[in-house]
Amino acid sequence: MADASGVLVLGDVASGELSSTSMELLAAGRGIADSLGEELAIGLFSDTLDVAAPQAISRGADKVYAVTHPLLADYQVDLQLAAMVALAREVNPNVILLGRTNQGRELAPRLAFRLGVGLAQDCLEVSVDAATKKLLSNRPVYGGNAVAVVTCDYTPQVAAIRPKAYDPLDPDPGRQGQVVSFPVELDASLARCRVVDSFAEESEGVKLEDARVVVSGGRGLGGPEPFTELEQLAKLLGGAVGASRAAVDSGWVPASYQVGLTGKTITPELYITVAISGASQHMAGCSGAKVIVAINKDAEANILKEARYAVVGDWQQVIPAFAEAVRELIQ
Amino acid sequence: MALKIAVLAKQVIDPEMPMAAFQIDSSAKRVVTPATIPPVVNGFDENAVEAALQIKDGQEATITVISCGSEFAMDVMKKPLSMGADELVLLQDAVFANTIDSFVTAQVLTAAIRKLEGFDLVICGRQASDWDNAQVPLGVAEILDLSCIALGKKVEVQGDKVVVERITPEGFEVVEAPLPALVTVSNELGQPRYPTLRGIMAATRKQPTIWSAADLGVDTGALQSRVSLLDLFVPERNQQCEIIEGEDAVDAGRQLALRLREAKLI
Ligand SMILES: Cc1cc2nc3c(=O)[nH]c(=O)nc-3n(C[C@H](O)[C@H](O)[C@H](O)COP(=O)(O)OP(=O)(O)OC[C@H]3O[C@@H](n4cnc5c(N)ncnc54)[C@H](O)[C@@H]3O)c2cc1C
Ligand SMILES: Nc1ncnc2c1ncn2[C@@H]1O[C@H](COP(=O)(O)O)[C@@H](O)[C@H]1O
Repeated sequence: MADASGVLVLGDVASGELSSTSMELLAAGRGIADSLGEELAIGLFSDTLDVAAPQAISRGADKVYAVTHPLLADYQVDLQLAAMVALAREVNPNVILLGRTNQGRELAPRLAFRLGVGLAQDCLEVSVDAATKKLLSNRPVYGGNAVAVVTCDYTPQVAAIRPKAYDPLDPDPGRQGQVVSFPVELDASLARCRVVDSFAEESEGVKLEDARVVVSGGRGLGGPEPFTELEQLAKLLGGAVGASRAAVDSGWVPASYQVGLTGKTITPELYITVAISGASQHMAGCSGAKVIVAINKDAEANILKEARYAVVGDWQQVIPAFAEAVRELIQ
Repeated sequence: MALKIAVLAKQVIDPEMPMAAFQIDSSAKRVVTPATIPPVVNGFDENAVEAALQIKDGQEATITVISCGSEFAMDVMKKPLSMGADELVLLQDAVFANTIDSFVTAQVLTAAIRKLEGFDLVICGRQASDWDNAQVPLGVAEILDLSCIALGKKVEVQGDKVVVERITPEGFEVVEAPLPALVTVSNELGQPRYPTLRGIMAATRKQPTIWSAADLGVDTGALQSRVSLLDLFVPERNQQCEIIEGEDAVDAGRQLALRLREAKLI
């Protein structure tokens, strides 16, 4: 498309508030829009934007498209996709950004295919090439062993950004922006998938994705029981418990505990790994942790190349002593 | 009538190979595979085969495995047959060389699905362990206008609909959609079954169907890739690790707590 212009973030609203992923996308989008000298818009798919629309403007948006239709009241993937496609066609942006969230994993590729364009998947960083003005996307590939820099050869250039890859901009209540209503036409027959039930298996306490401290256990724990010890330690530190895929696949903890490429992306201040070898696919989910601590009996384990502090030893001896000392220090 | 299932399976370099063996030819912008490390069927695609077999355990069904690539290790690609799949179709052509472009791959796979006709269900892995794109299946679903559910951990066919337990960050949700449908699956589906001796024997006798771009009627000239690869590199890691010592492991645990306190981390 010839006269495409601007950056369009496809955002979402959770309980009336702009989602944190949307704020991250606005931060990424603001940088792109400024480099291009173009506008930053966000599409929000909700009837009640009294809180979220001003939030979006204060977090960097120049324009908010309030995309409305009675059928969008409850999220349904096929309808959401149709609404996004309609908005993208109308706005005709140069760049579209989505979050590679649970929903984004389905929406982003389908959107790109429906528009007949490419998708830069799972990006950690997006920028504008000074010479070509094209979007440059850095994305981990091969399980995090390598990074690829890709461009999209068709317009709009679509990128799915990994959650937590960007920090939201500080809110600026003085920022000016425009809210534009965008009613879409949707037909209920578009909805093919129907969610008939849902189950949550997350443990109580701090959410893994939001925790300031995370304690994760791996295959070297040898069974489910030691996770009780890690739960206690995490509680002491006001944190949450995670796990490697090996621990999840062994059935020791639910899949919602998994940190990594196909699990959760976490960015805690402190990440304590216990009997985890540090495979690239695990590190893919925790490379944004400020400080990594490894407890591993193998001095050659890869995790020691990623950790800031490490104890080389048997967790069965290290962890109880560590937990006791933490308890004393905190009290 | 027997349910007709297609499984899309890709041959990839072993994602669990030792990190030290992982190397990149930066001028060619590709990963160099050491000859000593054989390729594998993408792990999630083995989960897809398992999902198809579980359906076949309960009802009459045929399973066709379709793979697109420029070169295949036949013993590797026959594994789904030895697990119990019925047919193997290899889309093999020099122009299908390992590409980062999901758009082209999805078009080629779609051409084969159309040529084979009449699939009720297409099952794929959630992502291929090379480029980790997680795009091809969704593209196939879009092109063929199929119902589409990603990230399944359990797949059942009930009459004319598919019922999928779909993984969510909190747990899972049960999603149903009418057939024909495409579903992607993840490792949470469980360990794929091992080939049986009988399966291996049967697989040895089976010959795959091999189709080139011309056989598929795919005009590769017209298949423009949508994404270009500008650079490929191994990220630098320059973390300095401080090994916390102690008189013994117990003491080291204690010292660790003190060190973290000192660093104001706890
Ligand atoms: C496509 C793909 C996606 C993947 N996605 C993920 C993902 O999202 N998350 C993930 O975690 N993995 C993922 N993996 C798996 C990953 O490659 C590794 O296999 C996995 O992370 C290994 O888990 P682990 O470190 O617990 O086990 P191991 O690699 O077996 O390591 C166990 C460690 O425990 C140590 N140990 C053993 N006993 C003790 C003891 N008594 N005291 C102290 N240390 C001890 C050992 O020295 C060893 O380092 C993925 C793999 C693939 C192919
Ligand atoms: N070349 C291919 N041949 C067969 N199936 C493929 C191919 N590429 C991708 N797929 C399927 O699509 C899934 C996701 O792949 P990708 O989008 O490349 O990450 C894989 O797990 C396979 O099921």
